Amino acid sequence: MREVAIIGIGQTPVGEHWDRSLRVLAFEALSAAMRDAQLERIDALYVGNMLSGELTGQEHLGALIADFAGLRGIEAMKIEAACSSAAAALRVGYIAVAGGIHDIVACVGVEKMTDQQGSVATSGLATAADAEYEALHGLSFVGINALLMRRYMHEHGYKKEDFANFAINAHRNAVNNPNAMFPYPISAQQFAEAKPIADPINLLDSSPIADGAACVILAPLSMAREFTDKPVRVRAIAVATDTVALHDRRDPLYLEGAAISAQKAYAAANVGPSDIDLFELHDAFTIMSALSLEAAGFARRGRGVALALEDEISVRGRIPITTMGGLKARGHPVGATGLYQVVEVVQQLRGEAGANQVPNAQLGMAQNIGGSGATVVTTILERI
Amino acid sequence: MCMSQEQHTAQARISQTILGNIWENLMRPKASVGIVGYGAYIPRYRLVTQEISEVWSGGNVVPPVREKAVPGLDEDVATMSLEAARNAVRRAEQVCASFTPQRLGAVWVGSESHPYAVKPTGTIVAEALGATPYTQAADWQFACKAGTEAMQAAIGFVSSGMAPFALVIGADSAQGRPGDALEYTAGAGAAALIFGAADEALVEIEGSVSYVTDTPDFWRRPHERFPEHAGRFTGEPAYFHHITCAVQALMRELQLAPQDFAFAVFHQPNVKFPLKVGADLGFKREQILPGLLVNEIGNAYAGSSLLGLTAVLDIAQPGQRILMASFGSGAGSDAFCLRVRRAAPHAGVWTTRQYVQRRVPVSYAQYSRLKGNYVMS
Amino acid sequence: MEVARFWRTRHQRYQLVGEVCPHCGTKIFPPRDVCPACEGEAKTPFTFSGRGEVYSFTTIHSAPAGFEKYVPYVVALVRLEEGPLVTAQLTDVEEKDVYIGMPVEMVTRVLREDGERGVIVYGYKFRPRLLQPEPQPQRELEAAAMA
Repeated sequence: MREVAIIGIGQTPVGEHWDRSLRVLAFEALSAAMRDAQLERIDALYVGNMLSGELTGQEHLGALIADFAGLRGIEAMKIEAACSSAAAALRVGYIAVAGGIHDIVACVGVEKMTDQQGSVATSGLATAADAEYEALHGLSFVGINALLMRRYMHEHGYKKEDFANFAINAHRNAVNNPNAMFPYPISAQQFAEAKPIADPINLLDSSPIADGAACVILAPLSMAREFTDKPVRVRAIAVATDTVALHDRRDPLYLEGAAISAQKAYAAANVGPSDIDLFELHDAFTIMSALSLEAAGFARRGRGVALALEDEISVRGRIPITTMGGLKARGHPVGATGLYQVVEVVQQLRGEAGANQVPNAQLGMAQNIGGSGATVVTTILERI
Repeated sequence: MCMSQEQHTAQARISQTILGNIWENLMRPKASVGIVGYGAYIPRYRLVTQEISEVWSGGNVVPPVREKAVPGLDEDVATMSLEAARNAVRRAEQVCASFTPQRLGAVWVGSESHPYAVKPTGTIVAEALGATPYTQAADWQFACKAGTEAMQAAIGFVSSGMAPFALVIGADSAQGRPGDALEYTAGAGAAALIFGAADEALVEIEGSVSYVTDTPDFWRRPHERFPEHAGRFTGEPAYFHHITCAVQALMRELQLAPQDFAFAVFHQPNVKFPLKVGADLGFKREQILPGLLVNEIGNAYAGSSLLGLTAVLDIAQPGQRILMASFGSGAGSDAFCLRVRRAAPHAGVWTTRQYVQRRVPVSYAQYSRLKGNYVMS
Repeated sequence: MEVARFWRTRHQRYQLVGEVCPHCGTKIFPPRDVCPACEGEAKTPFTFSGRGEVYSFTTIHSAPAGFEKYVPYVVALVRLEEGPLVTAQLTDVEEKDVYIGMPVEMVTRVLREDGERGVIVYGYKFRPRLLQPEPQPQRELEAAAMA
């Protein structure tokens, strides 16, 4: 096994890109990352995407994007794992480089969601759930998270407003991210008055439907300095799974897949939660932030929300999360999100996070969650 | 009008002579058949019909019933039939040790609002009850007497030994064009009866009569959403004539008089008609009122007289006799004489009155949404 | 139109037919053929009572395609008295009256229609119990929840 480094990153702004197609978005992120690593050519391309078939009638993205980017002939494939598709693509790229199959690999996450009406996107997202036993009953993806949130509040005695700081923190950080979809702050009052989507989840608990693409380029650590002065080492990338349907979990409020994925990553990197300087978690909804913090070992059961209440999650807090706006305020182009998270961790470790820089960031972690926790990819990166 | 008494007596004498023991018009099975289980279902929403009057007549029309039942967005004749059938199964399981849904030889649903034009409601109900696959399943159609004609078939089916048990359902989610007279009464509901051998039954069928002519008082052509009706023609030559003839024939051949019955249940398109036809036949209000639900739930069409019967079965005592007569436009009436053998069990099942009393009022606007009366595409 | 897909699961949807594990007795819904408790093969059909309690619930205001005409509607996780959790809509109830722990019973209702011309998909939903639940020994409920 070879050690692997990230030598280039690229991203498009997250938003409603009415004038740009899926392939154009992917190409923009890919070419930005190739410029960042001063590359002309790559050996393989792995595309993370969830909904291209459902929303734009386009599959076969590996060949499509390789061709569009002028890379015809290379190995290219799409990787799908619901909302964790992008980090899953990174995992495949990592296996290829670490295993000595390829030297220079690009992993692109791309999603184009705004070409369809809301209800089509909503049913598209519901394909991450169990089609026979969840989606058939009219349960939306927001609804699944709402079921979790209501039960969490019931079991642990929280009120709705206790979750506000996850959203407020994300929006505050997005102000300084030029690629964020919502670069403006929100108040506790706005959170309290936001429109309900699936009670108790309201609009400001929820990440937005968006378009975007992000890209990371991997190379063997031994070759990294040929391409960049600031290589970032991949200390671990671990995938774990859980039941797709929430009702099949032994304990729905415990994200077992996230816990296993984090434990595998900690073990591979030989670190623990206390060593992590920042954590880009999967805040698709505020409840997911709480459950991820608990599953990844940053808080005890039922204490994830307390971290937000105590403001331990800000850039200068004990465990900074969503440092560039997170899914909530940077935006959540689902199949691209996992690589946005990794790009942002790299920005922090390179010291390029501007006003949101976490002081002296050495180890950063990203956790990309597919579905309600059925596929979880945890990545630990290190500044070198 | 019906035959004169002289004509009848003469003909009866002839048929007695020729056919020996066979009655002239009475349908009476050779082996005794009874009802071993029954169940009702009425959806919970209610429209106060004065609202229809306000919307469509400025309050000028005096509604013929006070309220009518309206199905929820996820209800149709299949789901309402199933609710009633499950209640019938629960009672049958308490009444009759040998009953299981698997032993239902027929699942028959009478309605004029089947969810499919082609694809039997009975298949859905039978599957959900666990009566499939060795069973008969069919949908019956005869306007508001679709359920009672299936009753007569079921009596024959069971008494002939073709099946140990047969399930009959009358159910409707009635349609009335907005503003039309029918809209004031078009209600919803379902009733289910399980027939089996009389020795284990709650009630025994003593006989029935079916009286049918070609009388177009009310109809719906294919692909039309709402039925048409012939106004006052639906009264005397249709409802009153057919019920009267059927009931008179039944009582005559069984040699019974109105006072022999504890209860009388008639098809209930409004409050006035069943009370009037009952009075004309010699029944008192006290015999009719226990089974008269129309003021609270509207006209449940194929479910109407059957729901009235279930309300009476809920309170009937051993030895009491029940008269029931349906009316189906087009037109015909089926009249039945039932004799109670034992009081009905209610463990784990709601009575019909409980369903009647459960009410969630809706506005005319909400009702229009529930009925799908807004154009969505 | 996905006729075969809906047809294949009709028994599960119409009357909550799941499975029981012949090795450890765990009741399984939805059916999955492998026991989640002991991992033995479990293909013995088992019809659930349909009684349960609300474990959690939400109201859907933004519906997936095909469910728009029903909004707002309540979806719940229901803990069946035999043990499993099941995802289903609540019907015949106002959201404000729903609470965690509410006793509910299964009914079969229209889940969705495949447009004006397609098939109607019927399946289980839950409503507040019409009859008061019979008192259950507490430890049985707990044992079921643990299973």
